Amino acid sequence: MAEIVKRNKAMSVSPLKASQPVGGALAFLGLHRSIPMLHGSQGCTAFAKVFFVRHFREPVPLQTTAMDQVSSVMGADDNVIEGLRVICEKSNPAVIGLLTTGLSETQGTDIKRSVGDFRKAHPEYDHIAVVPVTTPDFTGSAETGYAAAVTAMIDYLVKPADACGSHPGSRPRQVNVLAASMLTPGDLEVLKEIIASFGLKPNVLPDLSDSLDGHLTDMDFSPVTVGGTPLSEFASIGDAAATLVIGRSLGAAADLLHARTGVPDYRFDSLMGLESVDSLILALKGIAGVPVPERLERQRAQLQDAMLDTHFMIGQARIAIAADPDLLYAFSRLVTGMGGEVVAAVAPARAPILADVRTASVKIGDLEDLEIAAREARAEMVIGNSHALAAAERLGVPLLRAGFPQYDVLGGYQKTWIGYRGTRQALFELANMLSGQERHVVQPYHSVYKLDQPVRPAKEVSHAEKAVACGGA
Amino acid sequence: MKQSDIAELLDEPACAHNKKSKSGCAKPKPGASAGGCAFDGAQIALLPIADVAHIVHGPIACAGSSWDNRGTRSSGPELYRLGFTTDLTEQDVIMGRSEKRLFHAIRQAVDEHAPAAVFVYNTCVPALVGDDVDAVCRSATERWGVPVVPVDAAGFYGTKNLGNRIAGEAMVRHVVGTAEPAPVPTSAQRPGITVHDVNLIGEYNIAGEFWHVLPLLDELGIRVLCTLSGDARFHEVQAMHRAEVNMMVCSKAMINVARKLEERYGTPWFEGSFYGVIDTSQALRDFARLIGDPSLSERTEALIAREEAKVDALLAPWRHRLAGKRALLYTGGVKSWSVISALQDLGMTVVATGTKKSTEEDKARIRELMGEDTKMIDDGSPRALLEVVREQRADILIAGGRNMYTALKAKLPFLDINQEREFGYAGYTGMVELARQFALTLESPVWEAVRLPVPWQENAGPGYALSAEVA
Repeated sequence: MAEIVKRNKAMSVSPLKASQPVGGALAFLGLHRSIPMLHGSQGCTAFAKVFFVRHFREPVPLQTTAMDQVSSVMGADDNVIEGLRVICEKSNPAVIGLLTTGLSETQGTDIKRSVGDFRKAHPEYDHIAVVPVTTPDFTGSAETGYAAAVTAMIDYLVKPADACGSHPGSRPRQVNVLAASMLTPGDLEVLKEIIASFGLKPNVLPDLSDSLDGHLTDMDFSPVTVGGTPLSEFASIGDAAATLVIGRSLGAAADLLHARTGVPDYRFDSLMGLESVDSLILALKGIAGVPVPERLERQRAQLQDAMLDTHFMIGQARIAIAADPDLLYAFSRLVTGMGGEVVAAVAPARAPILADVRTASVKIGDLEDLEIAAREARAEMVIGNSHALAAAERLGVPLLRAGFPQYDVLGGYQKTWIGYRGTRQALFELANMLSGQERHVVQPYHSVYKLDQPVRPAKEVSHAEKAVACGGA
Repeated sequence: MKQSDIAELLDEPACAHNKKSKSGCAKPKPGASAGGCAFDGAQIALLPIADVAHIVHGPIACAGSSWDNRGTRSSGPELYRLGFTTDLTEQDVIMGRSEKRLFHAIRQAVDEHAPAAVFVYNTCVPALVGDDVDAVCRSATERWGVPVVPVDAAGFYGTKNLGNRIAGEAMVRHVVGTAEPAPVPTSAQRPGITVHDVNLIGEYNIAGEFWHVLPLLDELGIRVLCTLSGDARFHEVQAMHRAEVNMMVCSKAMINVARKLEERYGTPWFEGSFYGVIDTSQALRDFARLIGDPSLSERTEALIAREEAKVDALLAPWRHRLAGKRALLYTGGVKSWSVISALQDLGMTVVATGTKKSTEEDKARIRELMGEDTKMIDDGSPRALLEVVREQRADILIAGGRNMYTALKAKLPFLDINQEREFGYAGYTGMVELARQFALTLESPVWEAVRLPVPWQENAGPGYALSAEVA
């Protein structure tokens, strides 16, 4: 069990943490015709927007209640109501995710009541779902904000089985997926393919692979998300045969969904690495009642082969990881499963899963903490977001970019890490980065007799002389 | 910050339109607002001061999504690129521990990073709970002997533009005039050339573009005491009061600095730009004119003649390729007029321009450049921009990074003109880079490819890719 080391300095240096509202907004970007609105000052939204735009290289719908000085002091409930009204009127979304910030929470907003007031004042917009979520940025991290938003979606959009007459398994081919923030659109795409290969129909919540996968449409502009989980899917969620829950951060959301619908769930902390993927495939086999597709067996065999090829490089490799808890855990498992060592681990905020990270201790901290720990432990590689590049450069080791944000590479958002194929690709990448370095190479030795002197022309030597010089008779 | 302080900052006597209602007072509309907050503006204005530890006092959202994301460059220290924040916790907020945390944060910065100074940016949450950031900064200065400057810029105070002014005000009040400039190095003295000291206000050295201009100023014997704030050092800001002339670069965002330096130290100032050939030459002439050194004027004219001829030759092939292209410019306003002139130098037509953040004088200047019936865009929403593009038959959208994907999703060529961009466009040489970037996107074969319809779809339009072969 990893020891959790608390934050012990006054100031964060090179923060690793992204805020709860950022994470919450991300979850809503995975719903179809959705727009998140942050209840705070304009900057809360502007910063979050730039953060996403640079990572996904996509336009990102995100609004603000635009609290100013007067409303910050005198009360901003009217801003919430007005903001909701304006979005409904101008953009006609299917759903609005209403997320609080440090500012509105400090002020003491009662966000649920404000939504109730909006409903009373504007019944004409009753067909537009509004999901309020409490996500102050002075606690948690993007991961917890995302999880809170998913929980709130279930709370507001999924009706209890006895109220709506849903029945687990009445749609025997439907499988719900609760997808945590560590999964990229690329991951989700692969996960859906795997589920579909069993003849099952995946219903991913929220589905970033359908909204932020970077695709062109005929529409030149949309003020709301294009693609993502349609709201109609929430109505059928209780009829599914099973729910797959990926990422421990979604535990509370999964508990709530189970309590509402009674749909049996299968929970996975990670889908990286042979054994993790095996357990997913076994679960799907059980749900579908069909043999595992040959293609997957082939991919499994390919992964095993890659594990053999790459274990020379990854075995005993000393890896430093900075990431949100779920992703940190997943990578620690992948690395240690290959015989590598996690010698430094940093997470931005506490989470129960940190105790299970495969390393001696996890520091709650920032990228400065990571750099110090990695230097002390002589790490040979860093896994982290784009901000970790400076630390990796100072350490003189390569950086494998993972997590949020990745603004200095193209396609980071679309990278696939999970499944047999994704894992294989991740192993190749790890191994290539590690072998590109001069680790454990023999340093050239210069003999004391071998001096760098100008070449001297050979003298004419007779055979007799040579014999003497060689010590012959 | 008190309401009256904000009102004072919004009251800018150096602006011709000051009698009108203050733009900063316009209430942002919930659910329909874009753009940053006062903290955003203050941080942007000062962050390029490279040897300062910039501490964001607040919970994580303010610094967490914004640190190290600007293209501004330093020729030396890299301290400004480290994100420092007190990263306030719930306990800090509830139990009133945030002032204490800030105090220790300042010590941590001083002990571990040896900054020339510490700037503390106050944000919404500590402003709301009433942290006395000024007092903390004062005691920290006394305790550790390093200047600690409060920048009271809670996001809810107002817009980004107000934040710029807050930043400028903090510099004028706490920093300018607290040290003397270093003497001119003897190695840099040239016979017959008197060195004149100037400041640039509102130049941020995005992508290092000011390094296109600085060699020219060096050649003329104009020493830049300080750029506020591109590639600046703290001691340079301290010595700003010794300049003979101040140049306000591109916008009036920090006009309060120029005005106060004039009031206090009698430094004359002018407004200019380094975007475009004509404006760059004009800026150099304005320096010479205000400094009033005949020998400088003479050398300036010679340099302009030489550089213009050189860049003219370099631009000739590009002008040929870009002539007549129609551009829609939406910079949010600050740089509008300066960029217009650069585009006209390239033979392009600016069909409309954004003026949301422009001052009345900026607008007057735009009219001067583009004619009275210029289309000015106040509504910067993506839909409105695309509407104007269609209506005006624009070939390219020139805007900030935020709008890049608006353009690309509409399959429209785009050029990033704002702070996050990776290329420098200032000065004579910057123009060549600008032209190259225009040609790169305008002439790209991808526009045709992304507009091709799916060839196997029924009812494929006239652009049907295989129609020729089929027929």
